[in-house]
Amino acid sequence: MRKLGAVAATGAVLALALAAWTRQPPPPAQGGGTVSGKVKFTGTKPTMPKIDMTEEPKCKAKYQGVPTDETVVVNANGTLANVFVYVKSGLPASYTASAPAGPVTLDQDGCRYHPHVLGIQVGQTLAIKNSDGILHNIKAKAKANRPFNISQPTVMTSNKTFDKPEVMVALECNVHGWMHAWLAVLPHPFFGVSGADGSFTLKGLPPGTYTIEAWHEKYGTQTATVTVAGSETKTADFSFAAK
Amino acid sequence: MIDVGAAVALIVMLPSPASRLPMQDTTRGKAVYVKWCAGCHGDTGAGDGVAAAHMLPRPRNFTGGLYKIRTTASGQLPTDADLLRAIDEGLPGSAMPGWKGRLSDAERRSVLAYIKTFSSFFADTSQHVVPLKFSSPPGGGTGADALKVGRQFYDSIGCRKCHGDQGRGDGPSAPTLKDDADFPIFAADLHQNWRFRGGGAVEDIYRRLRTGLDGTPMPSFADLIDQKFLTDQELWRLAQYVRSLSPAAPPEVRDVVHAPQIPGTVPASPDDSTWARVARYWFPLVGQVIHKSRWFAPAVSGVWVQAVHDGKRLALRVSWDDRTESPDTAWLKFEQRILQTVAGDDSGSPPPQAEPWPDQLAVQFPRRLPEGSGGMERPYFLMGGATDPVYQWRWISRPRHAFAGLARGIERFDTLPGAPAGQATYDRGEWRLVLTRALATPDTANEVQLEAGRAIPLAFFAWDGSSGEHGSRMAVSTWYFLALDRPTPPGVFISPVLAMLVTLGLGLVVVRRAQRRGGARHIS
Ligand SMILES: [Cu+2]
Repeated sequence: MRKLGAVAATGAVLALALAAWTRQPPPPAQGGGTVSGKVKFTGTKPTMPKIDMTEEPKCKAKYQGVPTDETVVVNANGTLANVFVYVKSGLPASYTASAPAGPVTLDQDGCRYHPHVLGIQVGQTLAIKNSDGILHNIKAKAKANRPFNISQPTVMTSNKTFDKPEVMVALECNVHGWMHAWLAVLPHPFFGVSGADGSFTLKGLPPGTYTIEAWHEKYGTQTATVTVAGSETKTADFSFAAK
Repeated sequence: MIDVGAAVALIVMLPSPASRLPMQDTTRGKAVYVKWCAGCHGDTGAGDGVAAAHMLPRPRNFTGGLYKIRTTASGQLPTDADLLRAIDEGLPGSAMPGWKGRLSDAERRSVLAYIKTFSSFFADTSQHVVPLKFSSPPGGGTGADALKVGRQFYDSIGCRKCHGDQGRGDGPSAPTLKDDADFPIFAADLHQNWRFRGGGAVEDIYRRLRTGLDGTPMPSFADLIDQKFLTDQELWRLAQYVRSLSPAAPPEVRDVVHAPQIPGTVPASPDDSTWARVARYWFPLVGQVIHKSRWFAPAVSGVWVQAVHDGKRLALRVSWDDRTESPDTAWLKFEQRILQTVAGDDSGSPPPQAEPWPDQLAVQFPRRLPEGSGGMERPYFLMGGATDPVYQWRWISRPRHAFAGLARGIERFDTLPGAPAGQATYDRGEWRLVLTRALATPDTANEVQLEAGRAIPLAFFAWDGSSGEHGSRMAVSTWYFLALDRPTPPGVFISPVLAMLVTLGLGLVVVRRAQRRGGARHIS
């Protein structure tokens, strides 16, 4: 009996090992490398135009002062926000990632998009929420994916998915000419957006050498090459200049 | 033994979709495309043919596989039937004509197949082209209750944001609109359903609400049914309301404006109740493309005209849809985008700078009525000529006033001392103007003398300042006629319409008699 049990146990271990060996690449969960950095901004910070929300009192009431356009958002520490940073290339050809079950939410609140720049995985749900309760239409001007343009005249959420990688898909509302956002659709989870301190982090990267691209809607793109091994953290800083 | 010929015949006779439709041949399609389509749509299908720069809306760019008029959901590819409809019927309100009578079935199907090769989406097998299932319109769609429901949703889903309170395309968001190629785009004037790209029937409107117009700001409202914000029936009510804003039938262009004689004095105000009882006539306008600077994108597509006289004075009421009470600084950026988009004929020179031009309207007459029996000699319709001037009434929105003068071609206008009285109202996308003048005036040399019972030639010109229209950049009509009806003694009175009905009635009587005599079954 004991012998039989041992054989069974050995078999199970072998099966597990085999399973682990055949499953490649390893899941980008806790392990893997990290690329993080800051996006600096040099030169004179541009003055963004004020947005006149007189036509939409409900939105206007959500602001203390006069809201401004979000095309360029320079942080207090001199860094640049809303820069989309992602692995452009370098993943093994065999790499596949299934879309996370949870959605990415894009909120229309105060007649602006939150977030202004965002990423999503192929097949992942984009939950488009209207928190304003006034008419917005949301148009995705996709080129690689099929576009859409739907109406949301009330508080509601509409779900959409994208089949193909695409950087970037322009999102806009035509009722409010100032409302625009940018959506990146990627076949992997290695992306981030520079925040209020200008920093970004890409986690769980399999070992390899990557081209990391930083994209900004006005200042264009920059790339960096980074090699990560094991669970180390590498730094990639970017710098955009005023123009 | 069955011979081969019979077998082949049997196969050929077997119905299959392929044999029922004419062949779709992309080689042949290309030949048709190069000959008939490339001038506007471009050799590579990018909507950039040689004529494209003069057009608004621009010709379709086929490379994105993005189409306005579909029976499929927002963002989906169109069906072949959708594309064929656009080819066959054309797209009203744009430069795209219908090709049904000009190209054979096989040519049209082949060009359809060729057009699809411009976008890789059509070859992408993961694209499922599924036409939506559309319900039938619920009854009572023209009744007050139905229209009230429709109007409620017109407001609650925000149609007015772009299309305006009265549906004339003058909503607060209208001056910011652009299409996916960043060209300026007008919110549709819902009072002119004969210019709707996908057709003006209530079914067409309902479909556009379901599918949206891809590539334009017009979204799909289908989600709202799924999310129980409104019911399918309520969406139909909205479509029925939108349909109700246009005339029951597209306006017929007739040659003569009849001005009945009314008792008392003619109304000077455009909102006088008299006008509700007078027939109105539609005159289409087109861009002035004969003289420089040519203008290919006229904003005013036509004018509605009514006329009455009282034996002493004539009152002419002209109303037209115009999104702006120009000059309107809210539209200055839009005007600039139009001027940048629509090329003039002096290519090479930069587009003109947007300026706050006023709106204008001109009514043109010859100086004297044509004489003689066969005398229909009229001056050149486009504002006369150097030696053959025309007499014009002109009205301008700012400073708002009416005046008269002699035009000797587009370039030269000499104001006369006598002017018609003008009163105008601008109301949510519509100008309503009444011009009045004495039938007889002292200046018989220059001012047309309006006589009852005569055919009085007249023509119309319109400018929308906020579209950058001024000078030769205008909308023009050809010559039509005004007829001041003679007073008819009561009892003998018979209007032309009534006369027609009587004639028709007599005709019917004759037909019925014939039916009774010859047996009804012979007359279908
Ligand atoms: Cu909006």
